[in-house]
Amino acid sequence: MNLKLKDLFYEFRNPDTIKALSAAIADEAKQLEKPLYIMEVCGGHTHIIMKYGLPKLLPDNIRFVHGPGCPVCIMPKERIDQAIALAKMDNTILLTLGDMIRVPGSKSSLANERANGYDIRALYSPLDAIKIAEENPDKKVIFFAIGFETTTPMTAVVIEQTVKKNVKNLYFHINHVIVVPPMRAVMEGKSKINAFIAPGHVSIITGSKIFISLAWKYKTPIVISGFEPIDIMRSVLMIVDQKNKRQSDVEIQYSRAVAAEGNHRAQELINRYMQLRENFRWRGIGNIPGSALQIMDKYSYLDAEKLFADILPNKPAEDDKLCICGEILRGIKEPTDCKVFGNVCVPNTPMGSCMVSSEGACNAYYRYRGV
Amino acid sequence: MQKIQLSHGGGGKETNDLIHDIFYRQFSNNILTKAEDAAVLHVGPDIAFTTDSFTVTPIFFNGGNIGKLSIVGTINDLAMMGAKPLFLSTAFIIEEGFEFEKLEAIVKSMAEETLFSGAKIVCGDTKVAPKGSLDNIFINTAGIGKIIKHGVSCHNIEPGNTIIVSGDIGRHGATILMEREGIDLKSTLKSDCANLWPAVSALAESGIKINALRDATRGGLAAVLNEWADASNIGIVINEKSVPISDEVNGVCELLGFEPYDFANEGTFMIAVKNADAHHCIDILKRFEFCKYAAIIGNAVAEHQGKVILRSEWGTSRFLEPPKGELLPRIC
Repeated sequence: MNLKLKDLFYEFRNPDTIKALSAAIADEAKQLEKPLYIMEVCGGHTHIIMKYGLPKLLPDNIRFVHGPGCPVCIMPKERIDQAIALAKMDNTILLTLGDMIRVPGSKSSLANERANGYDIRALYSPLDAIKIAEENPDKKVIFFAIGFETTTPMTAVVIEQTVKKNVKNLYFHINHVIVVPPMRAVMEGKSKINAFIAPGHVSIITGSKIFISLAWKYKTPIVISGFEPIDIMRSVLMIVDQKNKRQSDVEIQYSRAVAAEGNHRAQELINRYMQLRENFRWRGIGNIPGSALQIMDKYSYLDAEKLFADILPNKPAEDDKLCICGEILRGIKEPTDCKVFGNVCVPNTPMGSCMVSSEGACNAYYRYRGV
Repeated sequence: MQKIQLSHGGGGKETNDLIHDIFYRQFSNNILTKAEDAAVLHVGPDIAFTTDSFTVTPIFFNGGNIGKLSIVGTINDLAMMGAKPLFLSTAFIIEEGFEFEKLEAIVKSMAEETLFSGAKIVCGDTKVAPKGSLDNIFINTAGIGKIIKHGVSCHNIEPGNTIIVSGDIGRHGATILMEREGIDLKSTLKSDCANLWPAVSALAESGIKINALRDATRGGLAAVLNEWADASNIGIVINEKSVPISDEVNGVCELLGFEPYDFANEGTFMIAVKNADAHHCIDILKRFEFCKYAAIIGNAVAEHQGKVILRSEWGTSRFLEPPKGELLPRIC
C-alpha cells in the first residue's frame, strides 16, 4: 500500500465524525452531576483545541482549562538569566530549542543577546550539538536543554554521545521537567479541575502507568489523548462516560502510539544519565520538589550549572505584576481574564511566557480567537 | 570557471564587457542598447509604476530562480493594478566571486520571462560588492505599465462581493522552506512563480467589473485578506474547505507546524468581484494552466469590519490573523 502523509491525519478531521462526537458528548453530558472542568495538560493539545474551535462543540457544562504543559511557558526567568550569563562568557556558543530564544528573562532575552552579537543558536535536532562542538574545538559549547519527558531522551542521547566520543567542549544546562508533579500541584491548589486530558507524546515515553496514583488519589478520570480534533473529542467523551459511571481511571485514547509501560529503552537512557533534582521553581507555580531532572553526579564534569556556578545568577525573578501567566498555568484563570492580553502582551512583544510559545495558552488564544 | 570580480563593477572595461556579453545579449532592444544615461520613453496617460527588490535564498529553486522571480514579481504588481507591463528597469548587486555561469542562467530566464510578457527591459545597473557582504546576488526591478482596467483598488471591495483565488495556495513558500532547510522529502512540490498578466488581461477584456486584485506574495492569503478587510472596511468570511491547497503543501504544514494561509505565493492572486460575475470569472481563469484550480473561497460582509473569519467544515469559526514574526525571511 502506498501510504501518503495525509492518510495519517485526514480521517481524524472528518467533519461528520466530529459533529457526531459533539452530539454524543452533549447527550451524555446531560447526566453529569457537576460541571466538568477538564485540564488538557499539554500545550500541543491547547493549540489543537483552539485551532479547531473545539470549545464551541461542547455543551455548557464542560469546559477546557489549559494546563502547565508547555516547557517554554513554565521556565522561570532566573533560568533564562542563567542562559544569558552562559552565552555571554568568552568563546562560548549557547544552543537551545526554538521558542526558548524569545522568552523574556528578568532583563533581556536570548533573542536580544543574539542581536547584540553573542553566539546563540536554535537547534532543530539536539544531536546537532555534537556536530557544533566538534566543529568548534576552541569554544565552549553549552546546550540549554528544555522539555518534558518527550524531549528528555534526546538530551540523554546527546550526553551519551558526548561521553562515548569523549567530546571535550560540550556542556549541559538541564531544565528537563516531569509532568506528574505539576498536575499534583494543580490538584492541591485552588483550581476546579475534575478531569485531565493527559499528554500523548510524554506518555509514549513514560507509559500510562505514571498517572494511576494521581487518578485514584484525586478521583479524576485521566484520558491520554492524541493530537487530532477527533482524538480530543473522543477523549472528552471517554471522560464524560467515566464520570457518569463514577469511575476515576487512566484510559488511553491514543492507543495507536501509547502503551501502559511506555518506551523502556528511552526510560533506561534517562535513568542512566539524569537524576531527580531536589527542587525546581516553576514559573507561576513556584517550587515543586522532585519535579525536574539534573545530570547524574557521575557526569557532573559535563554539568554547566556546576562548572560555571560562580557566574550564574540565582535570584528568583518574579513576573510582571500585570501578567497572570502563573494563574493561567495553575488552571485558575483564562488568557482573556488578563488585562494586558492582546494589547500590551502580543506574540511579537510578549510580557509573559504563555504568549511566546505556540504551545502557550495565551498565544493559542491570540492566534485562534473564536468569533 | 569564470567568476565575478570587483572590477566587473568598477565602471571600466570589465563592466562594459559584462554589460555587452551578458545583459545586452539577453535583454537586447533598441532603447536599452542606445546606452544613454536614462531611457527615453513615450508613454501616454494612466501609468502605473512599481519597484521591488529580490533577495531570495536559495537563488535557484524548483519552479524558478531569483531572475524569473524578479521579472514576474514586478510584472504581477503592475497587473494587480490592471496595468499592462511596458517597460522595466533592472539593477544587480552581485557578490564578488559569483559564478558567470549562474549569472547567465539568471539573466537568460529574466529575458525569457520579459519576452513572454511583451515588456522591455530599457535600463539597468550593475554593482559588485566584496565577498561576504551579501548572499550571492540581489536584484532590483522597477516597472511601468499602462492601466487598461480602471477602478481596481484594495479600497473598493463591497459587502456582497465574492472572493476568488486563482489557484492552489502556498507552493512558493513551501518550496523555498523545504529547499532552504534541506528537508529532502519525496515530493513534486514546485514554486507557483508565474506571470499573471495573461489571466488579468483576459479578465479585463471580458468587461467584468473587478473591485480588487492582489497577488498573495509574502504573508500569503492571510496577509492579503486582512489588508483588504482593513482597506475596504469590510469583513471577509472564508470557507476553509473551499480554499485549494495541494497535498504537498498541506503535508509540509503538518510536518513543520505552519499554516498554508501564511505561505507566500508568486503566481497566485486574489480577486474580488460582484457575486453575479463570480462564475464567469472562474470560467475565464480556468482557461489558463496556472489557474486551473481557481475557486470561489468566500465573500465580503458588512459585519466584522477589518477582520477575516475562517469557517470550518464542522461549523466553528475563528479569526484568520495576519502572519506575525519572522515566519520565513528572504523568500523573494
